[in-house]
Amino acid sequence: MEVPLLKQGDFLIATIQAALTDADLLHLRKALVQQVVRFRSRGVIVDVTSLDVMDSFASRTLREVAQMIRLRGAETVIVGIQPDVAFAMVQLGLKLEDVTTALDLEEGLAHLSRKSTNGA
Amino acid sequence: MTRIDGGPESTQVQDQYIETTENSRPVSVLLRELVAHLRDNRTQLREEWARRITEAKLLTAMTKDEIFAEATSVYDNYVEALETGTFEALQAYARNLSERIIPRGVETDEVVGIVLLLRDVLARSLFAKYQTDFTKLNRILDAYEPAANRIANTVAVGFVQERERIIREQQEAIRELSTPVLQVRERLLILPIIGVIDSQRARQLTEQLLRGIRTNRAKVVVIDITGVAAMDATVANHLVQTVEASRLLGATVIVTGLSPEIAQTIVNIGVDLGKMNTVGDLQGGIEQAERLLGYKVVPFVETP
Repeated sequence: MEVPLLKQGDFLIATIQAALTDADLLHLRKALVQQVVRFRSRGVIVDVTSLDVMDSFASRTLREVAQMIRLRGAETVIVGIQPDVAFAMVQLGLKLEDVTTALDLEEGLAHLSRKSTNGA
Repeated sequence: MTRIDGGPESTQVQDQYIETTENSRPVSVLLRELVAHLRDNRTQLREEWARRITEAKLLTAMTKDEIFAEATSVYDNYVEALETGTFEALQAYARNLSERIIPRGVETDEVVGIVLLLRDVLARSLFAKYQTDFTKLNRILDAYEPAANRIANTVAVGFVQERERIIREQQEAIRELSTPVLQVRERLLILPIIGVIDSQRARQLTEQLLRGIRTNRAKVVVIDITGVAAMDATVANHLVQTVEASRLLGATVIVTGLSPEIAQTIVNIGVDLGKMNTVGDLQGGIEQAERLLGYKVVPFVETP
């Protein structure tokens, strides 16, 4: 299943709608890393609200996305991790270290806007 | 032959034996004789029993007078149970007694101990009374022993059941009041933890906190563990997990009130608390949280 990428001002928003296969995730990673420079976005938000499972591959891919996007000159925020998912992830040792997280899309946008005003 | 209830069967047995010799009298008659003996010697046996209880250092949580008062009621109930063969009254009394003495720290072995002592005291008095007639003593004991065993059993079971009921009730109560997640300011939650944390409670705590973060849209959470006396590796790890899970929801956690002992434990265990934000006390934690959220508390000076 393809994940739609929406451009919203300076930011790029990817909303994951349903469970993704590993191939979908890799596709998402590639698309995001390409588009972030094409749209000259300053921040990327990946919304995982509708995911009720986050396995090790998914969390590693999201971490890689964040690192790659940092190298491409933008910041990534993962938003909407469900409480149960968060706890399960921590218990499995999937801590998404060095990745910024936020409660929901609104929070993520607020965080990125704050960053870009500070940086400007 | 050891039936002691007054059912139709035993009446029949009684009729059957009515013309027989002294030594083969039915159990109910022997029991009646036994009960009469216990009633006649009530004061003396009761005192003997209370003395033995004190001697054996049982029921140390109670005063001498209290022991004597309870001993009297237990004695009367005991004799009544022997006489009627019904245990409901005794059971109710045992439950009631347990309810009163459990909060005072009376242990199971003490309760079982005193009932066995009474059994012993009464058996000795029977030996003394019938020492000349060994056959009759045997018959009396045949009647007495099963009933006495059942009484001991009833009291012990009543006590243990009452204890378990209290434990269940307390667990329930603790679960209910254990983990309040409180909002003190917009986007700021505090989670005061008091008492012992086992893994079940730690789990429940985390769940409630994560849910609270979501519903209150919290950005900062202050976890105050001033009221936690001790912490082992499992719980410390769980605390770290809670902090990390909260971060995944986009909230910053500040842990406050680590006692010197807990700090020592954590360092000894080697739990990585490097990523944890810790502040000495709850006040400091809330102040830091307010700074993170951009609040500034200014004292209100009344103009004259």
